[in-house]
Order: sequence, then structure tokens, then C-alpha cells
Amino acid sequence: MTTRVEVSGLVKEYGRLHAVDGVDFTIGTAEVFSFLGPNGAGKTTTVEILEGLRRRTSGEVRVLGLDPWTEMGALRRRIGVIPQDFHFFPKLTPREALRLYARLFDVRADVDALLNRVELADKAESRFDTLSGGQRQKLGVALALVNDPELCFLDEPTTGLDPRARRSIWDVIRSLRREGRTVFLTTHYLDEAQQLADRIAIIDHGRIIASGSPDEIIAKYGRRERLRVVAEPALADRLEALGHSVERTNGAVEVELSSKSEALEILRTIAASGLRWESFSTRTDALEDVFIRLVGRYEDTTTSVGAPAEARP
Amino acid sequence: MNGRRIAAYFPAFAKGYIRNPMGMFFSLIFPVILILIFGAVFSNSGSSQVALTVENLDHNSLASQQFLAALNATGAVSVTFVPADTGNLSSYLANHSLTAGLVIPAGFGADVNSSTPVHLLVYTSPASGAEAGIVQGAVTGAAAAMNLRLAGGAEVVVPQYLNVGSTVYRYIDYLVPGLIGFSVLVSPMFSMVNISSTWKRDKLFRQMSLTPLTRGEWLTATLLWFVTIALVSAVLLVGVGQLAFGAHVTIDLLALPFLVLAPILFVSLGLLAGSVSSTPESAGVIGNIITFPMMFLSGTFFPVSLFPRWLATVAHVLPLFYVIDGLNDAMVYHNPSGVYFDVLVVGAIALAFALAATRLFRWREE
Repeated sequence: MTTRVEVSGLVKEYGRLHAVDGVDFTIGTAEVFSFLGPNGAGKTTTVEILEGLRRRTSGEVRVLGLDPWTEMGALRRRIGVIPQDFHFFPKLTPREALRLYARLFDVRADVDALLNRVELADKAESRFDTLSGGQRQKLGVALALVNDPELCFLDEPTTGLDPRARRSIWDVIRSLRREGRTVFLTTHYLDEAQQLADRIAIIDHGRIIASGSPDEIIAKYGRRERLRVVAEPALADRLEALGHSVERTNGAVEVELSSKSEALEILRTIAASGLRWESFSTRTDALEDVFIRLVGRYEDTTTSVGAPAEARP
Repeated sequence: MNGRRIAAYFPAFAKGYIRNPMGMFFSLIFPVILILIFGAVFSNSGSSQVALTVENLDHNSLASQQFLAALNATGAVSVTFVPADTGNLSSYLANHSLTAGLVIPAGFGADVNSSTPVHLLVYTSPASGAEAGIVQGAVTGAAAAMNLRLAGGAEVVVPQYLNVGSTVYRYIDYLVPGLIGFSVLVSPMFSMVNISSTWKRDKLFRQMSLTPLTRGEWLTATLLWFVTIALVSAVLLVGVGQLAFGAHVTIDLLALPFLVLAPILFVSLGLLAGSVSSTPESAGVIGNIITFPMMFLSGTFFPVSLFPRWLATVAHVLPLFYVIDGLNDAMVYHNPSGVYFDVLVVGAIALAFALAATRLFRWREE
């Protein structure tokens, strides 16, 4: 099977609220697919529907060929889930938790190997309520792997973690992919998606507004290369008068380039003007710029969930 | 329903419970503390005597000594003397916070010898009605005995005082089943209200629903744990009752149905209370509103027979009443016919609550 997740026309309504409003995507084998979106965009709702924890209002969903709501019993043996804000029984230790999972799944699991894999061996005998946020999340990852899943769901796995803990979770996610597992990663961290994901879907207000590999998304939605010059403000006016579209950022001027040679032209103009300038550079959009352009402008209107998507670029 | 998964989950739940000092305290230690306190406070209630302050103004007469001997023989009062120069006994009693006093007037012996009616002054406090009754009864009894002897008569009508049943029941005997009832109420209720609300907040039910453990298996393991707690608590309380206070209670097989059904009943009720509330705080309030009146009104600390009629009617609506009533029938009176009715009532309520809980309590959200 080359397709592990198939979603088409997925809708989840809570009364009049459209938490998920017609979502389509497919996920193949051994890829990291990332759902990227601001809080409240519908990420968790979608993931929970795929995990079989929530019933969908309408649409077609197949996870490993199964309907997650009606066939959850079969599904949960084949998937691993680290929910957002993972909690466990406060008085159990990681070793006890992993043993419990192994017995519940009725599988032979090498508890020590799992603990080592998530770098939690030194806390194996500490009770959950004494673990730090990063250590708890690592236990969540280890528990999700007890049943050797084909497909792993990680819902904002590094939210609130320090940089070191983030990186060690990233390492585990990379190793999952190497082992041929499919990873569904939701995150609101752009660097996380850019670092880990083979493909990204940007979701906002319950709809996917862009999808593809990070490079494809940047190529499609990013602006052209720009020349950035740190110079006195009069330069911006001069360039504008010459018909360039100019963006003023603090202490600098940015001009969108239609071609590389346009940069030379502008630099010649600056030199001829006699205005003072300090430095120049060119830059292209990162995923973050694209994301903020696609999603950011709607950030202040988050109350209107389900607003018409046609209004967006 | 898979026994292996129940066997896997049960010890994990038990560890979590045992490692939580609050849970262990309320389910096992607190009832033992209560039995020690209540047992000590009421252990003398059967044999205690009322203090009676006596001012004997006719100290030297044989008659006054005979009267005091007769009074002493009633066993109901313990006599303390004040000197004859104390003056007004009534104000002496008031000044010393005493509630009962007796004045034997001067010339008491002479009057008795000449068969002239003479008055004994008995002071009692209306505020301590029961004590006043005991003092009046004792003095009347002693006076009647003396009158009878002076008149040269003999006792014809002789009352004999016996206890109901063949055994003498004391407060501690009722207290042991009462506190077992307390324990089977409090530990599942507090735990399940807490579990069903905080686990919902921390998404632990969701976490469990991602494993092959089913809701039914989870509930079964949880029930088994609280039945275990009920059995341990019952053994502990009977042991302490017998060893510390010589309570006449035994662990009867007839008590077993209650130690199984009551945890089912209160686990379900706690689960319901927790699942209808939105936050752990409101769940705690709902849990307490259910638990506390039931705790005090079901005959836990005091027999329901002491309640005024309207309050006794209230008690008969509470499921814990039938648990404690049944435990008393099983462990104190050894009265099977009384047990059967209570088993039926408790079983029916437990079944109803368990069905309601399995219907209303969900792991997954729609």
C-alpha cells in the first residue's frame, strides 16, 4: 500500500462552527507530512478524527485502509499517538508506563531500548509527576512506539519545550521516517515543519490554503527576490519616484526584483544619488514569510472561523 | 472483555492509588482514626454514673448513713460530699458548674425515727435532662426502699432488667459496621469524582482509549480495586474494634455482598458526579454535596433509630442506609432475613447506577 492516509471533503461542525471545513489530502509511505497552522486552525480536530477519537460530520477518511471511527479497535494496534499536551498517570514511572502499554497491546517490547531511544533511561524510575515537560513528552513518544506502529501521529510534540528537548524529539521523528514509518506531524512552529517535513499543508480556518514540499510552497506563494539596502530614508522616496515598489523596514529599504540585473540598476541609482548607505543584501522568502503572508493577516480575525477562503491569496 | 488486559491495568491503577497519600488516608487510615476516637469517647456510656453532690446536715445520724448506702446501692450516681458549712447548695452547684445536688436536712435521723415526714432537697438542672432523670430515679428509689423498710413491708412487685436479644450490644458494636459503610462510601466516591474529572482534564481517558483497553475492562479493574479496598478496610475495622474495644462484631459471609455491591454502587455514582461536571473543582463540590449528607444520615456514627421521625425518613432514601443496615444485620445481629432485603435494595441501586454510568460516561468525544 502506497497511500496510508486518504482524506477527502472532511468536515467537522460543532453546531454552527466549522472547525474543519472541507479538507483533502493524502499521505504516502515513509514520509513526514506536516499540518501547519495557527492555534484554532483545525489541526487537532483533524488529527483526532484520523486517530478515531472524534466522529467526523462528513467526508471520506481512510487511515491504513480503515475507517477510524468505526474500526478504531483494529486501527489503534497499528498507529502510535502522542497527543498534544501529553499527560499520564502521575504516580507511575516511565518504566511502569511502558510495561503497562506492552501488556495492554500484548506485545513484546524492549522497555530499556525504548527508554534509551528517547533519552529517558536516567528517569526510568522517576514518577511521572516529577518529570519535566520535555521528559514527559519523551515518555509520550516512547509509549507511542510500544506497538511498533506503521503510522505515528504527533500533535504539537515540542510545544513549550526547551531547544535541547526539541532537538532530541526531532531526532526521533527523523529516525521514524528512516524506519519506513509514516509521520503525521502537526505544529505551529515553522522551523519544525521546515526541518522535518517532506510535505506541508498549511491549514487556516479549517481549510488547507497551501500544500506541497517546503520549496514548492515557497516557490508558489513566496515573493520574488528582494534587494535590501540599509540607507537614509530619503532613498526610499527616490526609488519610489523612479517607479519601484518599495517597502520600508526599520532603517532599511526593500525593493522587489523582477530580475537579477535590476539589482545592479538600483545600486547604480543609489551611487548616482549621492545618498548615504551602509550595506546591502538580497533575500528570498523563507517558509515563515510565506506563512505569515498566507495566515498572518487573518490572525486578528480568528473569531470568524469558517470565513470565506476565496478572500485569500 | 479481556482478562489479561484487566490483569495488566489493575496493578498499575493500584500503584497509582497506593502512592497517593490522600487516597490511602481517606480509605484506610481515616476510618481507623474515627473508630479509635468515637470508640474512646463512647466506650463508658453504658456504665457511667452521674455525679451527685451531697450536703449532709445530719452527718451523725444512722438514718442518713443508711439512706446514703441505699443511694449508693442504686449504682446510678457517684456521690461527692461538701462540708456541712457550705451554706446554700444551689448557689454552690451553680458556682462550680455542677448539675445535681442533694441536701439531707438537719434532724433527718430524728424525724425518721419519729416517723415525721421529712424533705430531702434534690437539685437538678433542666439543661441536663437525662442526668436529672437518673438522679431523681436514684433518690426516689433509695427513699422508697427506706420507706418500705421503715413500714416493715416486703417487695412484692419486683422488676427485672434485661437487654434485648441474648447479647449486650454496645455503641462500638454499631460503630464498626457504620464505619465500614463510611469507608465503602468515601473511598470510591472521592476517588472516582477526582478521577473522572481530572482524567478528563488531563485527557487520560483519551490516552487509554488509544490502547486496546476497553471502557468495560477499565471499569472492571477499577471496581475490583475498590472491592479490595472495602475488604481490607472491613478486616481492619473489625480487628481494631475487637482488639481495642472488645466489639462484638464478626466478619460474616453475609457481609460479603455489601462489600462487593457498595463499591459498585459508589464507583458508579462517583463516575456520574464527575462526568456531569465540567471542572475538577465543580466535580469536588458535587461529590461533597452527595457524600456528606449520606455520610452523616445513614447511621454511620449514630443509629438511625435515634433520629427524629422525619430525619429517619430521609435516611431511608439514602443507599448507604441499606448498606449499613445490612452490615449490622450480618455482622452484629447475625440475622439473615434482615440481610436479604438490604442486599436486594443495594443490588438494585448498584445496578441502576452502574448502567447509568456506562451509558453517560464516554471516553471518546463525538
